[in-house]
Amino acid sequence: MSASHSHSPTPAGAAHDAHGHDQAAEAAHIAAHIGGYIKVGVGLLVLTGITVGLSYVDFGSRQMNIIVGMIVATIKAAMVAAIFMHLKGEKMTIWRFLIMTAIFVVGLFLLTLLTHSDPVSGTSYSTH
Amino acid sequence: MSNPITKYLPFFTDAEVPHTVSARPDTGLYSAKLGIWLFLASEVMLFGGLFSAYIFLRLGAEPGYWPAGLLNVPVGTMNTAILIVSSITVVMAWAALKMRQLGKYKLYMLVTIVCGLIFLTVKLSYEWPAKFNHFGVFIKKEEASKYEEFLGNKHLKDTGQSPRWEISGHLLDAPKGSHYAHQAEHNAEHFAHETGRHDAVTPAEDDYVIQLDAVNANPSDKENDRPHFWPVPTSTKLAVIKASDVESASVFAPRHSTYFATYFLITGLHGLHVLGGIIVFLYLWLPFRGGTQLYKTNPEHLANRVEIAGLFWHFVDLVWIFVFPIFYLL
Amino acid sequence: MSSIATADVGHHGGTDPHADHHHHELGFLQKWVFSTDHKVIGLQYGVTGLSFLFFGFLLMLVMRWQLANPGIAVPVVGGFLRSVFGETVMTDAGALTAAGYNVFGAMHGTIMVFFGIVPVAVAGFGNYVVPLQIGAPDMAFPKLNMASFWCFFTSCVLMMGSFFLKGSAAKSGWTAYPPLAGIADFENGNIWLNGQTMWLIAMVFNITGSLLGSINFITTIIQLRAPGLTWMRLPFFVWAQFVTAFLLVLAFPPLEAAGFMQLTDRVLGTSFFMPTGLVVGQSVAQTWSGGGSPILWQHLFWFLAHPEVYVLILPAIGIVSEIVANNTRKPLYGYKAMVYSVFTLGFLSFIVWAHHMYMTGMGAKVAAFFQVTTIMISVPSVILLTALLLSLWGGSIRFNTPMLFATSFLPMFGLGGLTGIPLAFNAVDLFLHDTYYVIGHFHYVVAPGTIFGLFAGVYFWYPKVTGRKMSEFLGKVHFWGSLLAINGLFFPMFIQGMGGVHRRWYDGGVTYEQLAGPVLHWNKVMTVSAGILALFQLVFIFNFFTSWKFGKKVGRNPWDATTLDWDTPTPPPHGNFDKPIEVFRGPYEYSVPGYHADFHPQTSRD
Ligand code: HEM
Ligand SMILES: [Cu+2]
Repeated sequence: MSASHSHSPTPAGAAHDAHGHDQAAEAAHIAAHIGGYIKVGVGLLVLTGITVGLSYVDFGSRQMNIIVGMIVATIKAAMVAAIFMHLKGEKMTIWRFLIMTAIFVVGLFLLTLLTHSDPVSGTSYSTH
Repeated sequence: MSNPITKYLPFFTDAEVPHTVSARPDTGLYSAKLGIWLFLASEVMLFGGLFSAYIFLRLGAEPGYWPAGLLNVPVGTMNTAILIVSSITVVMAWAALKMRQLGKYKLYMLVTIVCGLIFLTVKLSYEWPAKFNHFGVFIKKEEASKYEEFLGNKHLKDTGQSPRWEISGHLLDAPKGSHYAHQAEHNAEHFAHETGRHDAVTPAEDDYVIQLDAVNANPSDKENDRPHFWPVPTSTKLAVIKASDVESASVFAPRHSTYFATYFLITGLHGLHVLGGIIVFLYLWLPFRGGTQLYKTNPEHLANRVEIAGLFWHFVDLVWIFVFPIFYLL
Repeated sequence: MSSIATADVGHHGGTDPHADHHHHELGFLQKWVFSTDHKVIGLQYGVTGLSFLFFGFLLMLVMRWQLANPGIAVPVVGGFLRSVFGETVMTDAGALTAAGYNVFGAMHGTIMVFFGIVPVAVAGFGNYVVPLQIGAPDMAFPKLNMASFWCFFTSCVLMMGSFFLKGSAAKSGWTAYPPLAGIADFENGNIWLNGQTMWLIAMVFNITGSLLGSINFITTIIQLRAPGLTWMRLPFFVWAQFVTAFLLVLAFPPLEAAGFMQLTDRVLGTSFFMPTGLVVGQSVAQTWSGGGSPILWQHLFWFLAHPEVYVLILPAIGIVSEIVANNTRKPLYGYKAMVYSVFTLGFLSFIVWAHHMYMTGMGAKVAAFFQVTTIMISVPSVILLTALLLSLWGGSIRFNTPMLFATSFLPMFGLGGLTGIPLAFNAVDLFLHDTYYVIGHFHYVVAPGTIFGLFAGVYFWYPKVTGRKMSEFLGKVHFWGSLLAINGLFFPMFIQGMGGVHRRWYDGGVTYEQLAGPVLHWNKVMTVSAGILALFQLVFIFNFFTSWKFGKKVGRNPWDATTLDWDTPTPPPHGNFDKPIEVFRGPYEYSVPGYHADFHPQTSRD
């Protein structure tokens, strides 16, 4: 069993030794971020208010209202993901499969709808 | 520390697996970080499947079969704000640990847990039950003209809006044999008590009597064309509807319509996620071996755990950011 | 989630002096039942999965009997089946009923795909072999791994238990299409304890187990590769498992969502998949508000189930690649092209799903889109197959049992793949859809394809697991018998399908004799072949158990292989390796000119 971790490039235990210095630097780095977290949080609260407000504004049609609402929601979601979830500056490994996921989820939405909106013509086909 | 219970659990038999705490140099990640992101990717697909059902069903719904304005917007807004606050506090809790401030960590974590609990309590003890005591009947299209005074389809047509087929409110009398009879009886008593009127229960056995929502009480009023921010109280006007004119009748429960089906399924699943998050946070907040006890031996490990639990929590918040507008507002 | 958070409780950095003792004092329960060791979990999955494959096969035998001899009592075991499965499934005389045929059909499909092949190919082989091949002491999250197995196990209990509910198990096909699946099995009056509801609940557990497992696989492969084991030095099997795990992680959740929706349709009366105006038994169903769409289920189902077919095949291709390289004593031809192909395949498999739905009334534009993507996906499949075929070229091939199965995999999978191409074309598929042609197509890919690949893998890694080889003689008997019988079983399906035989006729087509008459006699051929196939599996089972005790003893590397899994003690201990592992070369350095042996292990420095 002792052999099992000796091949690892950084054995789990090693992290402790080099600690002191790294840790202090990291702590300082994080302290610098705290103001940012609060700002983003307040921004999210404000945007929530804006979402609610906008939904009572008449943009001409339901569809337009939905589009506007979704744009604001997407901005909020992006803020959460980028700042709170540290996606901004996250490692490539994670980005790669998240991009794939995004592509597939969009595919799921769009392709499903496509089949929905292109029925065989000339029949009484309907989706309900 | 030898704990009599965990001693017999298989938890100490793991092989020594590298990168549980320290990052692997070429990926720059410790394993749990990668694992949680993969899990979140699968969650994106899970909620993606549900949202795609929402879009598909909503776009496929016949005009007048996708209700709007049935949820309590101020309460929903408040719950949204609570989740956002908890997202801030959880990231602060993590930052506190990284700066090795255990006290602050505990405080922020406590706030997070409380926020989560408030969110759930509001949902389960107020929002959902309020819906379950609300009743709607969809009128058969060919019979709709009989109920024009409650549906207002002429006005809707003139102003270019989708037709309305539903009459909703509090059920005061149900047809014989309906499993809503008990609820109706209860509501009728309440109605009599409030208004002193005893005309809510008709002698006929195949009638629904409904104490109307504002939209149905004044369906042609421009005021009611768009949803209200503050919920409008139920009117005292009554509608009597023959059971044979009804296409489907239900309380505002999942079975009511595809709208409520998606609403309850998505918010229900979301609620389960909130609950899961709270349980993990409690574990990390209490002095368990893997909770705050871990601070003594390996604070970095505890910080990592808070980070991944936090990632999950932010994701739950992120889902809600979409749930809120699509069900409450749009 | 909580399992991830707690995945590494315990002793890290060796701070606890008692840690070592625990490893030696494992009781039976800890060692073999509640184990977190990837090898034990792999075996648990493998053995459970193999049992399910056998059980699913037996269900099919009964169905095949019925197809060739409609309404006639099943010989010998008819009475026994009647007493086990009850009156819904078997008549008193011991013949299969119509409902029983539906039960067996639905459960055969479900069990083979979700309880047989995926557990053996992905969770079994993946768990056992991947950490060994990448030089890791275990999976990245051992406890999550155990949780995955127990989720799966729960789903097995529920699924098998559903046979014994009143009204028997699910009857709506492995695809569980609503609205039929939405209204099925309510006859016994219990909305929870009935076949279809139980099917859904079991599937939710099954999916959850799969998700936990695949997250673990991906993390393990990214994080725990031994020093020097760069991406392009990974054995192809690991690549195949890597892509497979991604397919599972990203494609399964929408089906889980759909499972929840069908569940609420059944128990809460929602109408996700229930259309307006649904007529059940002559009157309009009042139970559902309507407004839902059965097509939505098909989308969410096939969004998983097309990637799922690659989940079924990729691990088998991975196994075959290992065995081909090892027994041709040559590097794989076009290793890099294979890696890129497998990625392309994985990616494309997410955007072809609606080729299963041409009959749902989709318009020409959308059909054309899916037609094109489906044809595109056959390109990487063909690259994989061609690379493997070319790998055989000019090799001095050792035809041992694993290699026999591996080589026959190639033409069999080829036949399955080629017969898929006509199905990709909308116009052709409108005729062939739901006929035995489709059944023939996918069974060629999964049975003499994937399952032969799995047999190859069992014969190949058996010595690593048990320290003994399986009997070569019995192995060859098993191989030749199976190869002949399986073709007798599946090839006539193409003929019948083109003759118009529908895939779900429970009397073998007798009712439609005027239409299908000329091809119905093939039913007898197929049923006899199925029986013969069963007999030859007994040889395998015998071999599997007796070799455990009496097989020829072997050392660390009986096949003279190069990859890391053969660099461990046999059988590998807890923690896997008895020396530090560092990798210096690619996975298949066989017959390298100038080297003293004809194989050059990945760990050898010189
Ligand atoms: C290589 C190219 C392939 C093509 C072009 C292809 C095409 C198709 C098409 C169009 C169908 C739908 C037929 C219908 O229902 O009318 C189909 C069904 C099916 N295919 Fe394939 N396929 C290919 C490979 C595979 C592989 C590798 C597997 C599995 C390992 C597979 C498994 C299946 C299954 C299970 C079904 C039937 C599902 C059902 O209806 O129950 N196919 N294939
Ligand atoms: Cu397919």
